[in-house]
Amino acid sequence: MNKIESKNVHLYYGDFHALKGISMSIQENTVTALIGPSGCGKSTYLRLFNRMNDLIDNVRIEGDILLDGRDIYKKNIGMRIDELRKKVGMVFQKPNPFPKTIFENVAYGLRVNGIDHRSFIEERVETSLRQAALWEEVKDKLKKSAFELSGGQQQRLCIARALAIEPSVLLMDEPASALDPISTSKIEELIYELKTKYTIIIVTHNMQQAGRVSDRTAFFYLGDLIEYDDTPVIFTNPKDIRTQSYVTGRFG
Amino acid sequence: MTHLDVELKRLKEEKIEMFDLVISQLSKAKTAFLTMDKALAREVNFNEKRVNALELKIDKDCENIFALFNPVAIDLRFVLAVLKINSNLERIGDIADGISRYVAETETAFDPELLQVTRLEEMWTTAIEMLSDVQRAFDADDAKLSRGVFKKDDILDEVNSNANDVIEHYIKSHPDKIAQALHIVSTIRKLERTGDQTKNISEEIIFFLEAKVLKHLSEKAKSE
Repeated sequence: MNKIESKNVHLYYGDFHALKGISMSIQENTVTALIGPSGCGKSTYLRLFNRMNDLIDNVRIEGDILLDGRDIYKKNIGMRIDELRKKVGMVFQKPNPFPKTIFENVAYGLRVNGIDHRSFIEERVETSLRQAALWEEVKDKLKKSAFELSGGQQQRLCIARALAIEPSVLLMDEPASALDPISTSKIEELIYELKTKYTIIIVTHNMQQAGRVSDRTAFFYLGDLIEYDDTPVIFTNPKDIRTQSYVTGRFG
Repeated sequence: MTHLDVELKRLKEEKIEMFDLVISQLSKAKTAFLTMDKALAREVNFNEKRVNALELKIDKDCENIFALFNPVAIDLRFVLAVLKINSNLERIGDIADGISRYVAETETAFDPELLQVTRLEEMWTTAIEMLSDVQRAFDADDAKLSRGVFKKDDILDEVNSNANDVIEHYIKSHPDKIAQALHIVSTIRKLERTGDQTKNISEEIIFFLEAKVLKHLSEKAKSE
């Protein structure tokens, strides 16, 4: 079934038309890669799914975005923003752990949601850290500051933090671009495992990464969705010459 | 021009060089065969080493491009096609070598009548022409020219399928030339195989240019 659907979505930053009528359906438990040159609108599009663009001045959004069939932008009939944020987790380019212990970083989302049952929190922290393939590395130092971890570990901690509230959608904005190859490979393995439980959308500038981790790939250019197809098709036989030029590294 | 473009251009030049070499091998083998020119036959045998060396060089270059540049889309199809064409060309080189080896070791020239009734010269000419066609198609990215070889291959098939009857008839009237006649049959089979290899090359060129897979389709579907 369609987990996420966008219908003719336009986004304007003041006079700048950043997204031009994007319509796209994303199936449940799949990984979708958004690719395209800088400024093409892919990160803007990603941020629509947890309403992160709302806070920017002069932003105007048109069209419909549906999560589980419910519009996330229509206050009266749609989904409330606190409910949305519980369903959608996000991981950013740079690891951004809170200045707290490893344990408290993961527990944070639960606490702000009013959960204070200690054994429940402990259990959820462990599960989330295991899911993020970090548990074995941190289980003996949960009380240490998150800043003592390496960059790759911090990023997996951020993924664990996002998973702790049990979202169903995970948004990732270049989650491995600041990491070394080993950490990158761990994150990619993780994405592959997580898709059995989550629907993942990932923005990446790394073509090979898009090829390795995603089921479907969407190519954006100058605010338009140029091509959206199964990932192997995009990387072996793209239909649009602009997609071909981009994936073969000839422009962008 | 990107770094990858430079590598792909170089790969294409090497491939053209290999085409040149194998076409030359096949042409020399033809002349050696039809005129019993032993010196020319030995030259073909000697040059077989160059075909093999070039095959290995191109294989290695393809491997490096895969590993270092991760080609995708049309670039990926191009490198894959070059890799497969490489094996086909090398086999055609082997066939030219094998035929020449026989010429180098044999004393008596073929009976002109035998060559004429089997249409062997026409077969040689067609086989070489087909290979030249796919080379030009590869060089000029010309899928139409590439498709043309499927039709030309009919001539090779025809000569090949008539061979048994023709040779049987010949042997009955020339019982003293059985060894020659049998050898002609084996050469016809070999040339028929070069036609198949050339068609494989054509399929790879069309795959690279149009992303269409023609393998295992009917001949009619391939030509369209």
